Amino acid sequence: MSELHLSRNTIHFAEPLPLQSGAMLSGYDLVIETYGKLNADKSNAVLICHALNASHHVAGPSPDDPEDIGWWNNMVGPGKPVDTNHFFVIGVNNLGSCFGSTGPMSANPETGRSYGADFPVITVEDWVNTQARLADKLGIRKFAAVMGGSLGGMQAMAWAIQFPKRLAHCVVVASTPKLSAQNIAFNEVARNAILSDPDFHGGNYYEHGVVPKRGLRLARMVGHITYLSDDDMAEKFGRELQRPNGESDDYRFSFDVEFEVESYLRHQGDKFSTYFDANTYLLITRALDYFDPSRRYGGSLNRALAEVQAKFLVVSFATDWRFPPNRSREIVQSLLSNKSEVSYAEIDAPHGHDAFLLDDERYHKLIRAYFAQMLEVQV
Amino acid sequence: MTFINKRADFAAIANWISPNSQVLDLGCGDGSFLEFLQTQKPVHSYGVEIDDARVLSCVQKGLNVIQQDLEGGLALFEDASFDTVVLSQTLQTIHQTETILREVVRVGKECIVSFPNFGHWSHRLAVGLGRMPVSKSLPYQWYNTPNVRVLTVADFQNLASSLGLKVLDQCILHEGQQVTLMPNFFGSLALFRVRSA
Repeated sequence: MSELHLSRNTIHFAEPLPLQSGAMLSGYDLVIETYGKLNADKSNAVLICHALNASHHVAGPSPDDPEDIGWWNNMVGPGKPVDTNHFFVIGVNNLGSCFGSTGPMSANPETGRSYGADFPVITVEDWVNTQARLADKLGIRKFAAVMGGSLGGMQAMAWAIQFPKRLAHCVVVASTPKLSAQNIAFNEVARNAILSDPDFHGGNYYEHGVVPKRGLRLARMVGHITYLSDDDMAEKFGRELQRPNGESDDYRFSFDVEFEVESYLRHQGDKFSTYFDANTYLLITRALDYFDPSRRYGGSLNRALAEVQAKFLVVSFATDWRFPPNRSREIVQSLLSNKSEVSYAEIDAPHGHDAFLLDDERYHKLIRAYFAQMLEVQV
Repeated sequence: MTFINKRADFAAIANWISPNSQVLDLGCGDGSFLEFLQTQKPVHSYGVEIDDARVLSCVQKGLNVIQQDLEGGLALFEDASFDTVVLSQTLQTIHQTETILREVVRVGKECIVSFPNFGHWSHRLAVGLGRMPVSKSLPYQWYNTPNVRVLTVADFQNLASSLGLKVLDQCILHEGQQVTLMPNFFGSLALFRVRSA
Protein backbone atom coordinates (compact mmCIF):
# COMPACT_ATOMS: atom_id res chain seq x y z
CA MET A 1 0.00 0.00 0.00
CA SER A 2 1.73 3.17 -1.06
CA GLU A 3 -1.06 5.40 -2.29
CA LEU A 4 -2.05 8.59 -0.56
CA HIS A 5 -5.80 7.78 -0.59
CA LEU A 6 -6.72 11.44 -0.59
CA SER A 7 -10.34 12.23 0.05
CA ARG A 8 -11.87 15.71 0.32
CA ASN A 9 -15.22 16.37 1.95
CA THR A 10 -17.34 19.23 3.17
CA ILE A 11 -19.02 18.38 6.43
CA HIS A 12 -21.99 20.34 7.70
CA PHE A 13 -22.55 20.90 11.41
CA ALA A 14 -26.12 21.91 12.16
CA GLU A 15 -25.76 22.29 15.91
CA PRO A 16 -24.98 25.90 16.89
CA LEU A 17 -21.48 26.50 18.21
CA PRO A 18 -21.01 28.58 21.37
CA LEU A 19 -17.85 30.64 20.99
CA GLN A 20 -15.38 31.80 23.61
CA SER A 21 -16.44 35.38 22.92
CA GLY A 22 -19.97 34.55 24.05
CA ALA A 23 -21.30 34.72 20.51
CA MET A 24 -23.10 31.79 18.95
CA LEU A 25 -22.51 30.56 15.43
CA SER A 26 -25.46 28.77 13.85
CA GLY A 27 -24.68 25.95 11.44
CA TYR A 28 -21.32 25.84 9.70
CA ASP A 29 -19.30 23.79 7.23
CA LEU A 30 -15.78 22.45 7.56
CA VAL A 31 -13.78 21.26 4.58
CA ILE A 32 -11.51 18.34 5.37
CA GLU A 33 -9.06 16.16 3.55
CA THR A 34 -8.04 12.73 4.72
CA TYR A 35 -5.14 10.53 3.73
CA GLY A 36 -4.54 6.86 4.39
CA LYS A 37 -7.09 4.56 5.96
CA LEU A 38 -8.76 4.63 9.33
CA ASN A 39 -8.17 1.29 11.03
CA ALA A 40 -10.92 -0.88 12.49
CA ASP A 41 -10.64 0.42 16.06
CA LYS A 42 -10.15 3.99 14.80
CA SER A 43 -6.94 4.37 16.77
CA ASN A 44 -4.60 5.52 14.00
CA ALA A 45 -6.01 8.98 13.31
CA VAL A 46 -3.69 11.99 13.25
CA LEU A 47 -5.09 15.50 13.15
CA ILE A 48 -2.92 18.09 11.40
CA CYS A 49 -3.71 21.66 12.42
CA HIS A 50 -2.82 24.45 10.04
CA ALA A 51 -1.18 27.81 10.60
CA LEU A 52 -2.17 31.23 9.34
CA ASN A 53 -2.49 30.88 5.60
CA ALA A 54 -2.76 27.12 5.04
CA SER A 55 -5.76 24.87 4.66
CA HIS A 56 -7.16 21.35 4.77
CA HIS A 57 -4.94 20.55 1.78
CA VAL A 58 -1.99 19.04 3.64
CA ALA A 59 -0.57 16.49 1.22
CA GLY A 60 -0.50 15.37 -2.37
CA PRO A 61 -1.89 17.06 -5.47
CA SER A 62 -5.21 18.82 -5.02
CA PRO A 63 -8.18 16.93 -6.50
CA ASP A 64 -9.15 20.01 -8.53
CA ASP A 65 -5.66 21.25 -9.41
CA PRO A 66 -2.80 18.76 -9.72
CA GLU A 67 -0.30 21.63 -9.60
CA ASP A 68 -1.48 22.54 -6.11
CA ILE A 69 0.59 20.37 -3.77
CA GLY A 70 -0.37 20.16 -0.08
CA TRP A 71 1.40 22.53 2.31
CA TRP A 72 2.99 19.77 4.40
CA ASN A 73 3.61 17.32 1.58
CA ASN A 74 7.19 16.70 2.74
CA MET A 75 5.85 15.60 6.14
CA VAL A 76 2.67 13.66 5.39
CA GLY A 77 2.17 10.87 2.87
CA PRO A 78 3.09 7.27 2.12
CA GLY A 79 6.62 6.65 3.42
CA LYS A 80 6.84 10.20 4.79
CA PRO A 81 7.63 11.02 8.45
CA VAL A 82 3.89 10.96 9.22
CA ASP A 83 3.36 7.82 7.20
CA THR A 84 -0.11 7.50 5.69
CA ASN A 85 0.54 3.80 5.14
CA HIS A 86 0.06 3.51 8.90
CA PHE A 87 -1.78 6.63 9.99
CA PHE A 88 -5.11 8.09 8.91
CA VAL A 89 -4.30 11.76 8.61
CA ILE A 90 -6.91 14.50 8.71
CA GLY A 91 -6.43 18.05 7.50
CA VAL A 92 -9.20 20.50 8.33
CA ASN A 93 -9.72 24.04 7.10
CA ASN A 94 -10.39 26.05 10.22
CA LEU A 95 -13.60 27.91 10.84
CA GLY A 96 -13.22 31.50 9.65
CA SER A 97 -10.64 30.60 7.04
CA CYS A 98 -11.18 31.16 3.34
CA PHE A 99 -10.69 27.81 1.67
CA GLY A 100 -14.20 26.40 1.83
CA SER A 101 -15.01 26.21 5.53
CA THR A 102 -17.52 28.73 6.83
CA GLY A 103 -15.90 32.13 7.20
CA PRO A 104 -16.41 35.83 6.59
CA MET A 105 -16.91 35.23 2.85
CA SER A 106 -19.75 32.76 3.49
CA ALA A 107 -23.40 33.76 3.41
CA ASN A 108 -24.85 34.66 6.79
CA PRO A 109 -28.08 32.65 7.01
CA GLU A 110 -29.75 35.55 8.86
CA THR A 111 -29.12 38.11 6.13
CA GLY A 112 -28.42 36.04 3.05
CA ARG A 113 -25.33 38.19 2.44
CA SER A 114 -21.67 37.54 3.24
CA TYR A 115 -20.83 37.74 6.93
CA GLY A 116 -18.03 40.19 6.25
CA ALA A 117 -17.37 42.22 9.38
CA ASP A 118 -20.18 40.39 11.23
CA PHE A 119 -18.33 37.10 11.35
CA PRO A 120 -17.61 36.44 15.02
CA VAL A 121 -14.07 36.50 16.38
CA ILE A 122 -12.80 32.93 16.68
CA THR A 123 -10.19 31.66 19.12
CA VAL A 124 -7.82 28.71 19.05
CA GLU A 125 -10.03 27.07 21.68
CA ASP A 126 -13.07 27.51 19.41
CA TRP A 127 -11.23 25.79 16.58
CA VAL A 128 -10.36 22.90 18.85
CA ASN A 129 -14.03 22.58 19.78
CA THR A 130 -15.00 22.38 16.10
CA GLN A 131 -12.26 19.82 15.50
CA ALA A 132 -13.55 17.73 18.42
CA ARG A 133 -17.02 17.76 16.87
CA LEU A 134 -15.44 16.66 13.62
CA ALA A 135 -13.74 13.78 15.45
CA ASP A 136 -17.14 12.83 16.90
CA LYS A 137 -18.64 12.72 13.42
CA LEU A 138 -15.82 10.51 12.19
CA GLY A 139 -16.21 8.22 15.21
CA ILE A 140 -12.70 9.00 16.46
CA ARG A 141 -12.68 8.93 20.25
CA LYS A 142 -8.95 9.43 20.61
CA PHE A 143 -6.36 10.68 18.15
CA ALA A 144 -3.04 8.88 17.92
CA ALA A 145 -1.63 12.38 17.60
CA VAL A 146 -2.61 15.98 17.11
CA MET A 147 0.16 17.89 15.39
CA GLY A 148 0.81 21.37 14.11
CA GLY A 149 3.42 24.03 13.48
CA SER A 150 3.24 27.64 14.66
CA LEU A 151 -0.47 28.47 15.13
CA GLY A 152 -1.10 24.78 14.39
CA GLY A 153 1.09 23.93 17.38
CA MET A 154 -1.10 26.16 19.55
CA GLN A 155 -4.12 24.13 18.47
CA ALA A 156 -2.33 20.89 19.32
CA MET A 157 -1.49 22.30 22.75
CA ALA A 158 -5.07 23.49 23.26
CA TRP A 159 -6.26 19.99 22.35
CA ALA A 160 -4.13 18.48 25.11
CA ILE A 161 -5.62 20.99 27.56
CA GLN A 162 -9.27 20.91 26.48
CA PHE A 163 -9.60 17.20 25.67
CA PRO A 164 -6.80 15.50 27.61
CA LYS A 165 -8.23 12.02 27.09
CA ARG A 166 -8.73 12.41 23.36
CA LEU A 167 -5.14 12.39 22.12
CA ALA A 168 -2.24 10.07 22.85
CA HIS A 169 0.44 12.39 21.48
CA CYS A 170 0.75 16.11 21.02
CA VAL A 171 3.33 17.35 18.52
CA VAL A 172 4.04 21.06 18.83
CA VAL A 173 6.46 22.51 16.28
CA ALA A 174 7.86 26.06 16.13
CA SER A 175 5.17 27.33 18.46
CA THR A 176 4.73 29.35 21.62
CA PRO A 177 2.52 29.30 24.71
CA LYS A 178 1.47 32.87 23.91
CA LEU A 179 2.48 35.73 21.67
CA SER A 180 5.00 38.29 22.87
CA ALA A 181 4.36 42.02 22.63
CA GLN A 182 6.61 42.03 19.57
CA ASN A 183 4.57 39.27 17.94
CA ILE A 184 1.34 41.17 18.59
CA ALA A 185 2.94 44.34 17.28
CA PHE A 186 3.75 42.69 13.96
CA ASN A 187 0.18 41.38 13.75
CA GLU A 188 -1.12 44.88 14.47
CA VAL A 189 0.94 46.37 11.64
CA ALA A 190 -0.49 43.73 9.31
CA ARG A 191 -4.05 44.34 10.46
CA ASN A 192 -3.61 48.07 10.22
CA ALA A 193 -2.50 47.73 6.64
CA ILE A 194 -5.78 45.96 5.87
CA LEU A 195 -8.02 48.17 8.00
CA SER A 196 -6.64 51.34 6.44
CA ASP A 197 -7.03 50.16 2.86
CA PRO A 198 -9.83 52.27 1.29
CA ASP A 199 -11.11 49.10 -0.35
CA PHE A 200 -11.71 47.48 3.05
CA HIS A 201 -15.09 49.15 3.57
CA GLY A 202 -15.28 48.15 7.22
CA GLY A 203 -14.95 44.49 6.25
CA ASN A 204 -17.91 44.53 3.84
CA TYR A 205 -15.84 44.88 0.69
CA TYR A 206 -17.55 41.88 -0.92
CA GLU A 207 -20.66 44.00 -1.46
CA HIS A 208 -18.55 46.64 -3.17
CA GLY A 209 -17.03 44.13 -5.53
CA VAL A 210 -13.50 45.01 -4.41
CA VAL A 211 -10.74 43.42 -2.34
CA PRO A 212 -8.38 45.36 -0.04
CA LYS A 213 -5.43 44.06 -1.99
CA ARG A 214 -2.99 46.77 -0.99
CA GLY A 215 -3.60 46.05 2.67
CA LEU A 216 -3.33 42.30 2.23
CA ARG A 217 -0.15 42.73 0.24
CA LEU A 218 1.46 44.81 2.96
CA ALA A 219 0.24 42.44 5.67
CA ARG A 220 1.84 39.53 3.89
CA MET A 221 5.06 41.40 3.26
CA VAL A 222 5.56 42.27 6.91
CA GLY A 223 4.50 38.79 7.97
CA HIS A 224 6.89 37.20 5.54
CA ILE A 225 9.86 39.07 6.98
CA THR A 226 9.16 37.48 10.34
CA TYR A 227 9.09 33.98 8.85
CA LEU A 228 12.64 34.16 7.52
CA SER A 229 15.89 34.47 9.42
CA ASP A 230 18.35 37.29 8.86
CA ASP A 231 20.93 34.76 7.62
CA ASP A 232 18.41 33.16 5.32
CA MET A 233 17.53 36.50 3.75
CA ALA A 234 21.21 37.42 3.46
CA GLU A 235 21.87 34.17 1.66
CA LYS A 236 18.81 34.31 -0.58
CA PHE A 237 19.01 37.97 -1.56
CA GLY A 238 21.92 39.70 0.10
CA ARG A 239 22.11 43.19 -1.40
CA GLU A 240 21.63 41.90 -4.91
CA LEU A 241 20.06 44.45 -7.20
CA GLN A 242 17.08 43.61 -9.32
CA ARG A 243 18.58 43.81 -12.82
CA PRO A 244 16.75 41.28 -15.00
CA ASN A 245 18.36 42.03 -18.36
CA GLY A 246 21.96 42.32 -17.35
CA GLU A 247 21.56 46.07 -16.98
CA SER A 248 24.13 48.20 -15.24
CA ASP A 249 24.62 47.68 -11.52
CA ASP A 250 24.51 51.41 -10.89
CA TYR A 251 21.90 52.60 -8.44
CA ARG A 252 18.86 54.10 -10.14
CA PHE A 253 18.16 56.58 -7.37
CA SER A 254 14.44 55.84 -7.42
CA PHE A 255 11.81 54.21 -5.22
CA ASP A 256 10.96 51.46 -7.66
CA VAL A 257 12.16 47.98 -6.88
CA GLU A 258 15.93 48.21 -6.56
CA PHE A 259 16.90 45.19 -4.48
CA GLU A 260 16.07 41.52 -5.03
CA VAL A 261 14.54 41.30 -1.57
CA GLU A 262 12.03 44.01 -2.47
CA SER A 263 11.06 42.17 -5.60
CA TYR A 264 10.64 38.97 -3.62
CA LEU A 265 8.46 40.57 -0.94
CA ARG A 266 6.29 42.30 -3.51
CA HIS A 267 5.86 39.04 -5.38
CA GLN A 268 4.87 37.23 -2.17
CA GLY A 269 2.46 40.04 -1.29
CA ASP A 270 0.88 40.10 -4.75
CA LYS A 271 0.45 36.35 -4.86
CA PHE A 272 -1.08 36.28 -1.40
CA SER A 273 -3.52 39.11 -2.10
CA THR A 274 -5.04 37.15 -4.98
CA TYR A 275 -6.00 34.09 -2.95
CA PHE A 276 -6.37 35.11 0.69
CA ASP A 277 -9.30 36.86 2.31
CA ALA A 278 -8.61 40.03 4.28
CA ASN A 279 -11.23 39.36 6.95
CA THR A 280 -9.75 35.91 7.49
CA TYR A 281 -6.33 37.51 7.93
CA LEU A 282 -7.72 39.78 10.64
CA LEU A 283 -9.52 36.90 12.29
CA ILE A 284 -6.59 34.51 12.38
CA THR A 285 -4.03 37.05 13.54
CA ARG A 286 -6.42 37.94 16.36
CA ALA A 287 -6.75 34.27 17.28
CA LEU A 288 -2.97 34.21 17.53
CA ASP A 289 -2.95 37.30 19.77
CA TYR A 290 -5.61 35.96 22.10
CA PHE A 291 -4.08 32.53 22.59
CA ASP A 292 -2.79 32.24 26.14
CA PRO A 293 -3.89 29.10 27.98
CA SER A 294 -2.22 30.34 31.18
CA ARG A 295 -4.53 33.37 31.34
CA ARG A 296 -7.34 31.67 33.20
CA TYR A 297 -4.81 30.18 35.64
CA GLY A 298 -3.38 33.45 36.86
CA GLY A 299 -0.62 33.34 34.27
CA SER A 300 0.56 29.88 35.31
CA LEU A 301 1.30 27.69 32.30
CA ASN A 302 2.11 24.86 34.71
CA ARG A 303 -1.46 24.91 35.95
CA ALA A 304 -2.87 25.31 32.44
CA LEU A 305 -1.06 22.13 31.44
CA ALA A 306 -1.71 20.28 34.71
CA GLU A 307 -4.42 17.97 33.35
CA VAL A 308 -2.53 17.06 30.19
CA GLN A 309 -2.29 13.33 29.54
CA ALA A 310 -0.79 13.27 26.06
CA LYS A 311 2.88 12.63 25.47
CA PHE A 312 4.43 15.76 24.02
CA LEU A 313 7.03 16.25 21.36
CA VAL A 314 8.09 19.89 21.23
CA VAL A 315 10.36 21.05 18.40
CA SER A 316 11.91 24.45 17.84
CA PHE A 317 14.36 25.89 15.32
CA ALA A 318 17.48 27.75 16.38
CA THR A 319 17.06 30.65 13.92
CA ASP A 320 13.31 31.12 14.42
CA TRP A 321 12.98 34.63 15.82
CA ARG A 322 9.20 34.76 15.50
CA PHE A 323 8.72 31.91 18.00
CA PRO A 324 12.28 31.29 19.15
CA PRO A 325 13.47 28.20 21.06
CA ASN A 326 12.99 29.97 24.38
CA ARG A 327 9.24 30.08 23.79
CA SER A 328 9.16 26.32 23.18
CA ARG A 329 11.28 25.84 26.30
CA GLU A 330 8.55 27.56 28.32
CA ILE A 331 6.16 24.82 27.24
CA VAL A 332 8.76 22.16 28.01
CA GLN A 333 9.52 23.68 31.40
CA SER A 334 5.87 23.54 32.44
CA LEU A 335 5.48 19.98 31.23
CA LEU A 336 8.62 19.01 33.15
CA SER A 337 7.36 20.77 36.22
CA ASN A 338 4.16 18.71 35.98
CA LYS A 339 6.22 15.55 35.30
CA SER A 340 4.33 15.06 32.05
CA GLU A 341 5.83 12.99 29.28
CA VAL A 342 7.81 15.25 26.98
CA SER A 343 10.66 15.24 24.53
CA TYR A 344 12.16 18.41 23.16
CA ALA A 345 14.38 18.93 20.15
CA GLU A 346 16.02 22.11 19.03
CA ILE A 347 16.88 21.90 15.34
CA ASP A 348 19.82 23.99 14.22
CA ALA A 349 18.24 24.91 10.87
CA PRO A 350 19.02 28.20 9.14
CA HIS A 351 15.56 28.99 7.78
CA GLY A 352 13.90 30.84 10.65
CA HIS A 353 10.24 30.22 11.45
CA ASP A 354 9.61 28.79 7.98
CA ALA A 355 11.90 25.86 8.82
CA PHE A 356 8.93 23.90 10.13
CA LEU A 357 7.62 23.64 6.56
CA LEU A 358 10.94 22.91 4.89
CA ASP A 359 13.03 19.82 4.34
CA ASP A 360 15.57 19.24 7.04
CA GLU A 361 16.97 15.79 7.56
CA ARG A 362 17.37 16.04 11.35
CA TYR A 363 13.86 17.42 11.79
CA HIS A 364 12.19 14.88 9.54
CA LYS A 365 14.15 11.96 11.00
CA LEU A 366 13.01 13.00 14.45
CA ILE A 367 9.33 13.22 13.52
CA ARG A 368 9.62 9.95 11.64
CA ALA A 369 11.17 8.24 14.67
CA TYR A 370 8.53 9.68 16.98
CA PHE A 371 5.64 8.43 14.86
CA ALA A 372 7.33 5.05 14.25
CA GLN A 373 7.71 4.66 18.02
CA MET A 374 3.96 5.27 18.44
CA LEU A 375 3.25 2.30 16.21
CA GLU A 376 5.58 0.05 18.22
CA VAL A 377 3.85 1.00 21.44
CA GLN A 378 0.40 0.50 19.89
CA VAL A 379 1.18 -3.07 18.80
CA MET B 1 34.49 1.26 26.75
CA THR B 2 33.74 -2.44 26.51
CA PHE B 3 30.23 -3.78 26.76
CA ILE B 4 30.89 -5.50 30.09
CA ASN B 5 32.53 -2.43 31.55
CA LYS B 6 29.60 -0.26 30.50
CA ARG B 7 27.05 -2.63 32.00
CA ALA B 8 28.96 -2.73 35.27
CA ASP B 9 28.77 1.05 35.39
CA PHE B 10 25.05 0.93 34.63
CA ALA B 11 24.35 -1.75 37.21
CA ALA B 12 26.23 0.12 39.93
CA ILE B 13 24.31 3.34 39.21
CA ALA B 14 20.99 1.52 38.95
CA ASN B 15 21.63 -0.01 42.39
CA TRP B 16 21.56 3.45 43.90
CA ILE B 17 18.22 4.35 42.34
CA SER B 18 15.00 3.48 44.16
CA PRO B 19 12.05 1.97 42.34
CA ASN B 20 9.31 4.43 41.32
CA SER B 21 11.62 7.40 41.59
CA GLN B 22 11.92 10.41 39.32
CA VAL B 23 15.23 10.19 37.46
CA LEU B 24 17.03 12.79 35.36
CA ASP B 25 19.98 11.53 33.30
CA LEU B 26 22.21 14.42 32.23
CA GLY B 27 24.26 13.74 29.13
CA CYS B 28 22.16 10.64 28.53
CA GLY B 29 23.79 9.83 25.19
CA ASP B 30 21.77 7.42 23.08
CA GLY B 31 19.58 6.55 26.07
CA SER B 32 21.25 3.19 26.78
CA PHE B 33 21.36 3.75 30.53
CA LEU B 34 17.74 4.85 30.84
CA GLU B 35 16.68 1.92 28.69
CA PHE B 36 18.71 -0.39 30.93
CA LEU B 37 17.32 1.21 34.08
CA GLN B 38 13.77 0.60 32.92
CA THR B 39 14.51 -3.10 32.63
CA GLN B 40 15.74 -3.08 36.24
CA LYS B 41 12.98 -1.19 38.03
CA PRO B 42 10.00 1.04 37.35
CA VAL B 43 11.09 4.69 37.21
CA HIS B 44 9.89 7.87 35.57
CA SER B 45 12.72 9.42 33.67
CA TYR B 46 13.99 12.11 31.36
CA GLY B 47 17.31 12.34 29.58
CA VAL B 48 19.15 15.49 28.60
CA GLU B 49 21.41 15.43 25.56
CA ILE B 50 22.83 17.98 23.15
CA ASP B 51 23.81 15.81 20.18
CA ASP B 52 21.21 15.51 17.37
CA ALA B 53 21.93 11.87 16.54
CA ARG B 54 21.79 10.82 20.20
CA VAL B 55 18.54 12.72 20.77
CA LEU B 56 17.15 10.83 17.80
CA SER B 57 18.29 7.50 19.32
CA CYS B 58 16.46 8.36 22.54
CA VAL B 59 13.28 9.18 20.64
CA GLN B 60 13.62 5.88 18.77
CA LYS B 61 13.75 4.14 22.14
CA GLY B 62 10.60 5.94 23.25
CA LEU B 63 12.42 7.82 26.02
CA ASN B 64 11.68 11.34 27.18
CA VAL B 65 14.64 13.40 26.05
CA ILE B 66 15.31 17.12 26.28
CA GLN B 67 17.82 18.59 23.86
CA GLN B 68 19.96 21.18 25.57
CA ASP B 69 23.53 22.11 26.35
CA LEU B 70 24.48 21.36 29.95
CA GLU B 71 26.99 24.22 29.94
CA GLY B 72 24.00 26.53 30.19
CA GLY B 73 22.89 25.06 33.52
CA LEU B 74 19.57 23.46 34.35
CA ALA B 75 17.16 26.39 34.29
CA LEU B 76 14.40 24.14 32.88
CA PHE B 77 14.37 22.10 36.06
CA GLU B 78 13.00 23.08 39.45
CA ASP B 79 14.73 22.70 42.81
CA ALA B 80 14.62 19.17 44.23
CA SER B 81 12.30 18.09 41.44
CA PHE B 82 14.04 14.73 40.91
CA ASP B 83 14.80 11.93 43.35
CA THR B 84 18.00 11.15 41.49
CA VAL B 85 20.01 13.12 38.97
CA VAL B 86 22.57 11.05 37.09
CA LEU B 87 25.68 12.62 35.62
CA SER B 88 27.24 9.54 34.12
CA GLN B 89 30.67 10.01 32.51
CA THR B 90 29.65 13.52 31.56
CA LEU B 91 31.30 15.69 34.20
CA GLN B 92 34.68 15.49 32.45
CA THR B 93 33.15 16.86 29.22
CA ILE B 94 31.75 20.04 30.78
CA HIS B 95 33.73 23.28 31.11
CA GLN B 96 31.52 24.74 33.86
CA THR B 97 32.37 22.03 36.40
CA GLU B 98 31.38 23.88 39.54
CA THR B 99 28.21 25.28 37.99
CA ILE B 100 26.96 21.90 36.86
CA LEU B 101 27.72 20.26 40.20
CA ARG B 102 25.83 23.00 42.03
CA GLU B 103 22.99 22.60 39.57
CA VAL B 104 22.72 18.81 39.89
CA VAL B 105 22.44 18.98 43.66
CA ARG B 106 19.91 21.79 43.34
CA VAL B 107 17.66 19.79 41.01
CA GLY B 108 18.24 16.33 42.50
CA LYS B 109 17.55 15.23 46.04
CA GLU B 110 20.40 12.85 45.36
CA CYS B 111 22.93 12.80 42.54
CA ILE B 112 25.10 10.13 41.04
CA VAL B 113 28.27 11.38 39.41
CA SER B 114 30.59 9.07 37.53
CA PHE B 115 33.79 9.85 35.69
CA PRO B 116 36.94 8.12 34.39
CA ASN B 117 39.68 8.19 37.03
CA PHE B 118 42.76 9.91 35.69
CA GLY B 119 44.61 8.64 38.74
CA HIS B 120 44.52 4.99 37.61
CA TRP B 121 48.06 3.55 37.68
CA SER B 122 48.16 3.01 33.92
CA HIS B 123 47.38 6.70 33.35
CA ARG B 124 50.03 7.73 35.86
CA LEU B 125 52.48 5.43 34.11
CA ALA B 126 51.69 6.88 30.69
CA VAL B 127 52.21 10.44 31.94
CA GLY B 128 55.35 9.29 33.76
CA LEU B 129 56.66 8.00 30.47
CA GLY B 130 55.86 11.32 28.84
CA ARG B 131 52.62 10.52 27.02
CA MET B 132 48.98 11.36 27.65
CA PRO B 133 47.14 8.18 28.65
CA VAL B 134 44.93 6.25 26.24
CA SER B 135 43.01 3.42 27.88
CA LYS B 136 39.63 1.72 28.04
CA SER B 137 38.34 4.44 30.35
CA LEU B 138 40.10 7.28 28.49
CA PRO B 139 39.88 5.94 24.95
CA TYR B 140 40.81 9.13 23.11
CA GLN B 141 43.93 10.82 21.90
CA TRP B 142 44.70 14.18 23.51
CA TYR B 143 43.77 15.97 20.27
CA ASN B 144 40.35 14.41 19.75
CA THR B 145 39.09 13.80 23.26
CA PRO B 146 35.68 15.18 24.24
CA ASN B 147 37.03 15.34 27.79
CA VAL B 148 37.85 18.90 28.73
CA ARG B 149 38.49 18.22 32.44
CA VAL B 150 40.66 15.41 33.73
CA LEU B 151 40.33 14.52 37.38
CA THR B 152 41.10 11.83 39.91
CA VAL B 153 39.06 10.28 42.68
CA ALA B 154 40.89 12.46 45.18
CA ASP B 155 40.31 15.59 43.10
CA PHE B 156 36.58 14.96 43.06
CA GLN B 157 36.48 14.38 46.79
CA ASN B 158 38.22 17.71 47.34
CA LEU B 159 35.92 19.63 45.02
CA ALA B 160 32.82 17.99 46.47
CA SER B 161 33.94 19.05 49.90
CA SER B 162 34.70 22.62 48.86
CA LEU B 163 31.29 22.92 47.15
CA GLY B 164 29.62 21.66 50.31
CA LEU B 165 28.42 18.39 48.78
CA LYS B 166 27.86 15.47 51.06
CA VAL B 167 29.24 12.19 49.72
CA LEU B 168 26.72 9.49 50.63
CA ASP B 169 28.43 6.63 48.94
CA GLN B 170 31.20 5.87 46.52
CA CYS B 171 32.02 2.95 44.30
CA ILE B 172 35.27 2.77 42.37
CA LEU B 173 35.44 0.20 39.59
CA HIS B 174 37.97 -1.39 37.32
CA GLU B 175 37.00 -3.79 34.56
CA GLY B 176 33.55 -3.94 36.10
CA GLN B 177 34.84 -5.02 39.53
CA GLN B 178 34.71 -2.88 42.62
CA VAL B 179 38.14 -1.75 43.82
CA THR B 180 38.56 -1.30 47.56
CA LEU B 181 42.35 -1.32 47.83
CA MET B 182 43.85 2.07 46.89
CA PRO B 183 40.89 2.95 44.65
CA ASN B 184 42.52 6.13 43.30
CA PHE B 185 45.41 3.96 42.05
CA PHE B 186 43.64 0.80 40.93
CA GLY B 187 40.20 2.16 39.94
CA SER B 188 39.50 3.39 36.41
CA LEU B 189 35.88 4.47 36.84
CA ALA B 190 34.59 6.41 39.83
CA LEU B 191 30.98 6.63 40.97
CA PHE B 192 29.85 8.96 43.72
CA ARG B 193 26.44 9.37 45.30
CA VAL B 194 26.13 12.92 46.62
CA ARG B 195 23.63 15.47 47.79
CA SER B 196 23.76 19.04 48.96
CA ALA B 197 24.85 19.13 52.58
